[in-house]
Amino acid sequence: MIRFDNVSKVYPKQNRPALREVSLEVERGEFVFLVGSSGSGKSTFLRLILREERTSHGQVHVLGKDLARLSNWKVPHMRRQLGTVFQDFRLLPNKTVAENVAFAQEVIGKSRGEIRKSVPQVLDLVGLGGKEDRMPGELSGGEQQRVAIARAFVNRPKLLIADEPTGNLDPQTSVGIMKLLDRINRTGTTVVMATHDQNIVDQMRKRVIELEKGRLVRDQARGVYGYQH
Amino acid sequence: MRAQFVLSEIGVGLRRNLTMTFAVVVSVALSLALFGGSLLMRDQVSTMKGYWYDKVNVSIFLCNKGDAESDANCAKGAVTSEQKKQIETDLQKMPVVDKVIYESSDEAYKHYKEQFGDSPLASSLTPDQMQESFRVKLKDPQKYAVIATAFDGRDGVQSVQDQKSVLDNLFELLNGMNWAAIMVMLLMLVVALMLIVNTVRVSAFSRRRETGIMRLVGASSFYIQAPFIMEAAVAGLIGAGVACLMLVVGRYFIIDNGLALSEKLNLINFIGWDAVLSKLPLVLAIGLLMPALAAFFALRKYLKV
Repeated sequence: MIRFDNVSKVYPKQNRPALREVSLEVERGEFVFLVGSSGSGKSTFLRLILREERTSHGQVHVLGKDLARLSNWKVPHMRRQLGTVFQDFRLLPNKTVAENVAFAQEVIGKSRGEIRKSVPQVLDLVGLGGKEDRMPGELSGGEQQRVAIARAFVNRPKLLIADEPTGNLDPQTSVGIMKLLDRINRTGTTVVMATHDQNIVDQMRKRVIELEKGRLVRDQARGVYGYQH
Repeated sequence: MRAQFVLSEIGVGLRRNLTMTFAVVVSVALSLALFGGSLLMRDQVSTMKGYWYDKVNVSIFLCNKGDAESDANCAKGAVTSEQKKQIETDLQKMPVVDKVIYESSDEAYKHYKEQFGDSPLASSLTPDQMQESFRVKLKDPQKYAVIATAFDGRDGVQSVQDQKSVLDNLFELLNGMNWAAIMVMLLMLVVALMLIVNTVRVSAFSRRRETGIMRLVGASSFYIQAPFIMEAAVAGLIGAGVACLMLVVGRYFIIDNGLALSEKLNLINFIGWDAVLSKLPLVLAIGLLMPALAAFFALRKYLKV
């Protein structure tokens, strides 16, 4: 599903590499936490998977494709098989809940009939049935994140990338979001989630990958957030 | 679905940058109107030049039957074939002469028809009313006077005309105006292109949230760029439409009505509607494609895909 072979990333005009010689593999259907302090390279790690950045050294394979060899015009097609969720939700404020979710299908050219069928389905799945016509501004943070997850999941991606999805939410709401992500994981979707939330990581007991100053320092099945924290 | 989605995005974009869109429309309209105007000016000049203008320097018009009655220079009657032969051999012998072409009255009628085909004067004219002439090309165009002194007043010659002196001053003026129009047009074109680039930059920035999300969910770069390019194309097309209107209205008020030059200068043959209409598709095509191209290149810089 994801394979990093000796991956390093140096941003232009920066001496210290953001990632150094990282090698790891994520199998189909796994749930992986990516932990580490700010600046440890988590975001770079995710951006490489999304091919927002290219590696300086080494290879990244996602869904069986070598991203270095993937031509630019094929990148959108690759991203359609990925879902993404962010700390700041990234919803369109002038569109309703249903329109926000439908947007992800419109821009890849799904038919109106398909959209009409799949949007209510996915909104039910994330627990927002009946709130189709609300505007994002009228929803709580947790509900907005559910909309974002619905949008990420509506095209049934094989891989879901979540960058601190609970970063802006209170602990109780965060638990709800985690349950939802766990449910999505159980449908067979691989989930990679960067987080700072110690409680969540400790409770879920999933695989934990820890980065420190760009190096992979821990890769632990059924791990916890960290020993020293 | 796709088309409707793209169209609504364009509408939103154009309204959001209404002032900028307006500026683009106006500058495209002005530059294209000047472009069309200078094309028409060129047409006008070539219409006025007629058949012989670029080919010869001096024309020797010979008396015909009509002239014999009305023109003092032709008091001795219409030109005879001996006189014609004499004039031709004299011309050939002169060292300044490069080439002599004889134009019969039938040919003169044909050329007149070509130039003034749609003027009311042409329909009342018959071939035998036309003058025969010798059209002379000189080795040195300045030596016109040599021909004039040799043939002016000779029997059978109605007049000797320096072909260029008649219209040259006017053509110089028109030519100057034309260059001025082209310079202003180029300037306006640069302004229009810069405005388009700036508009694209602003609207790419104000829509970075949408485009960012589109990128994340895997929209193709064409799909992300299309609304911006179409926006520029629509604004350009509106501008081109305004330019076309300006050309049509301009011809109407300068030639037919208002200034009514066709009445005041009824000896000059003016360009017809067909000349104006034939320029419009070109103006529209440029108005559509140029802003679209400008937007496309601006997007490569300002919109990450």
